[in-house]
Amino acid sequence: MTKVTMTVNGISQSAETEGRTLLSAYLREGLGLTGTHIGCDTSQCGACVVHVDGVAVKSCSIFAQDVAGSRVTTIEGMANEDGSLGVVQQAFQDHHGLQCGFCTAGMVMTTSALLKGNPRPTEQEVRHGLEGNICRCTGYHNIVKAVLAASGQDAVAMAAE
Amino acid sequence: MIEFEFVKPSTVADAVKALAADGAQALSGGQTLTPTMKQRLATPSVLVSLNGIAEMKGVTVGGGVVTIGGATTHATVAKEASAYPALARLAGGIGDPAVRNRGTIGGSIANNDPAACYPAGALASGAVIVTNKRSITADDFFKGMFATVLDEGEIITSVSFPVPLKAAYVKFDQPASRFALTGVFVAQYAGGVRVAVTGASNNGVFRWKEAEAALSANFSASAIAGLKVSPKDMISDLHGTAEYRAHLVKVLTGRAVSAA
Repeated sequence: MTKVTMTVNGISQSAETEGRTLLSAYLREGLGLTGTHIGCDTSQCGACVVHVDGVAVKSCSIFAQDVAGSRVTTIEGMANEDGSLGVVQQAFQDHHGLQCGFCTAGMVMTTSALLKGNPRPTEQEVRHGLEGNICRCTGYHNIVKAVLAASGQDAVAMAAE
Repeated sequence: MIEFEFVKPSTVADAVKALAADGAQALSGGQTLTPTMKQRLATPSVLVSLNGIAEMKGVTVGGGVVTIGGATTHATVAKEASAYPALARLAGGIGDPAVRNRGTIGGSIANNDPAACYPAGALASGAVIVTNKRSITADDFFKGMFATVLDEGEIITSVSFPVPLKAAYVKFDQPASRFALTGVFVAQYAGGVRVAVTGASNNGVFRWKEAEAALSANFSASAIAGLKVSPKDMISDLHGTAEYRAHLVKVLTGRAVSAA
């Protein structure tokens, strides 16, 4: 076993790992941060998206030891300091951008990375940006609205019904 | 996944040493290898990460050539290879954003998936693949589906792309995997046009020489109107028949020429 340390949501954290321990398992089982979900476990569905050194990645396809020492942000780090919902989270709630909620953590993480690189995306850019996140309830229209709203745009006027 | 020893060297020399171990396997972005290991289709005893090697990262431009470090991610190429816009666009269209943030050019080219985008870009550009021991032209490098001339433990350290006069890559997405159902990269150089096709052939990426000759004489979509693509040796699966892929090769070549 090898001890791996990362800065997760601003706090330095450590857990023991094997070579094969995935970042998703490190977060969920090593640190108890179960907000990151494991959906397909084949790097297609995006439920496990977290940020590593500021970029969105699929934590089920990365080994924990490969990102030792990195700065990681998970869904647990997305709320405001007072515990209220962050802008992206609030937009998902306002626009009912979730049905069962399983994909939501990954959707929020991908959205936050997307808006960092493109603060006012078009509907088309949002749909392309979310290509790696699958919602099996197929609630995409409201998810797209939530992303547009989180960018400060008039989501209802812009997005397809 | 079967347990293995994980090592992360910081130089090419140390990575080569680590890869000499019995059962050692190089890991780049891991967007293909990790799922493969979960299925136990790959069971290395030592996994050698190439992600900590600074000398294998980044994009440099000089003398009409864009050189990309083997461990450079697709996202970085999309952003920084603006000296070769068609190549930057190819990189920006691979997979999805999270995959592009991890997957690397060296990993893609070494794996030579028959439907991957980079092999088409490399072959159409007459790129030079540089490893820890030699330089190999793209024409000599790809050896059929998932096969290349790389030796065991040989690492792609960089890939050099001569910048063409005009180029474009057009792919027909397989919408679930975002691999190319078929993709065509067309590049026009002073010495002639090169056309490389991915996703279509059972033998992996290939050059469509008849189209190259026609387009070298007349660089317009109409120049290939009279050509036929044989469905022989084309991939046939639930996403498309061999005949469908053969049809796509011609359609996408025309679109790439128009877009270039």
